[in-house]
Amino acid sequence: MDKANTMNSKLSKPLAVGDSLPPLTMPAINRTTLALYAGASGDHNPIHIDLDFARKARMPDVFAHGMLSMAYLGRLLTNWVPQQKIRQFNARFVGITHLGNLVHCSGKVVAQIEQDGEQLFKVEILAANQYGETKILGDALIAL
Amino acid sequence: MLDKNLIGTVLPPHTVALEAGRLRFFAKAIGETNPVYLDEAAAQAAGYASLPAPPTFLFCLEMEQPDPLAWLKVIGADLSRILHGEQSFRYFLPVCAGDQLTFQTSISDMYDKKGGALEFVVRQTRVSNQRGEHVADLTGSVVQRNG
Repeated sequence: MDKANTMNSKLSKPLAVGDSLPPLTMPAINRTTLALYAGASGDHNPIHIDLDFARKARMPDVFAHGMLSMAYLGRLLTNWVPQQKIRQFNARFVGITHLGNLVHCSGKVVAQIEQDGEQLFKVEILAANQYGETKILGDALIAL
Repeated sequence: MLDKNLIGTVLPPHTVALEAGRLRFFAKAIGETNPVYLDEAAAQAAGYASLPAPPTFLFCLEMEQPDPLAWLKVIGADLSRILHGEQSFRYFLPVCAGDQLTFQTSISDMYDKKGGALEFVVRQTRVSNQRGEHVADLTGSVVQRNG
């Protein structure tokens, strides 16, 4: 059995409202993390990779792309369910993620709803740093 | 102040090919280890035609054009004062390596808060594939911090 199937087989118990998602904690964000993400994502905004530009913009240093942490939240979801089950994925960026931050992703199934004739779980998700400061508040709709 | 008359502006569409190598680079950048996102055979075993684009990757392809930040210039925004406010995805069909995706974006709303200290611009993007199938919608907002 390959690893993908092993991951899916963790879902032997049906999902239910109240379930917590297996959490995901990433290593500390460093300049290499941001350079790799800038290249791979195509988001070359210098505020994330060029210290001189960041200082001119009156920021103390470069900081992480919000979409990097949203990508980590995407991993939280796809570690938990196959991606084909994700119908909707929403994020609100509420704080800047700084160098040295460890992004911790967590989530919980909060409701079962029906949309367009399909039964869905609503999942609330959160990205925070090691100091408990929230960086992203989000939610997702997952097909049962 | 940003020009609210630009609400409804339709930006030029662009079409981009989704490449497997790019997806593997993205997987590395986000620490992805699930073989579905790295290995063609694992992706196919999971029901995909090829390596799937992970949940946020369409945002990256939306920026895959000669000047990805051109729309900020269209609305007169200052890049050094812009932050990402919100981002949403709605998914209708899988998107995989080998697909040709067309992005059609429009400026759907502009508003301000705190007496103009924060200005918000919302854009909506419809994504379709080489078969003309509607695969996803993206909605994103950016915030310009003034003063």
